[in-house]
Amino acid sequence: MRLFAVVREPIDPRALELAVRTDACGGVVTFLGVVRERADDGRSVTGLSYEAHEEMAVAEFAAIAGEVEARHAEVRLGILHRIGELRVGEIAVAVCAAAPHRADAFEACRYAIDQLKSRAPIWKKEQYTDGTGEWVENECRSI
Amino acid sequence: MTVRVRAFARMRELLGDGEFDLIVPDGATLVDCWEALRARNRKIDALASATRIARNGRVAALLSERVDDGDEIALLPPVGGG
Repeated sequence: MRLFAVVREPIDPRALELAVRTDACGGVVTFLGVVRERADDGRSVTGLSYEAHEEMAVAEFAAIAGEVEARHAEVRLGILHRIGELRVGEIAVAVCAAAPHRADAFEACRYAIDQLKSRAPIWKKEQYTDGTGEWVENECRSI
Repeated sequence: MTVRVRAFARMRELLGDGEFDLIVPDGATLVDCWEALRARNRKIDALASATRIARNGRVAALLSERVDDGDEIALLPPVGGG
């Protein structure tokens, strides 16, 4: 399985963990971003529509992993992001970091999801129960 | 010459298509491409300052950069992944 990918099918976090970890890793931290039922302003959400510049997004995932490895050579990272129409409760993104010890795994996982949200060319539109929808922007770092 | 435009999110909606060919003069820059896109819908002006432009998968530092026939020009509005 690819460690950095944009996918259309449901994400299997356990499969990602198995692909990322090696026997040198004593700590595995997985972050899952899941579609929730309410927008930040309280409106009811039926689902999210995601789209991506897939090649650039995968390249960005690999670049983020390179930055992590530059700081912690023993950390391994996997990042999967789903696109298409997702319903409440479905996994949109999985970031898995594995390391010999937990501190590096937690730090790498947090770094990777924060960087993904600010840099990866991926977009989401919230779909509301009244039939309308709006594009939602993350806090963005310019690159 | 012809460049391939890929547009995403609000930019895709304003331009009416996520992927299409755009004809620009030989020697055109990214600024010229933007001007040609404005001819499709001037409402993209509202997104101009927030949108990054990537040429062949790399975000362009300068819009004075020239494009070549067959280039991919991607219009990247503020992102919302995760």
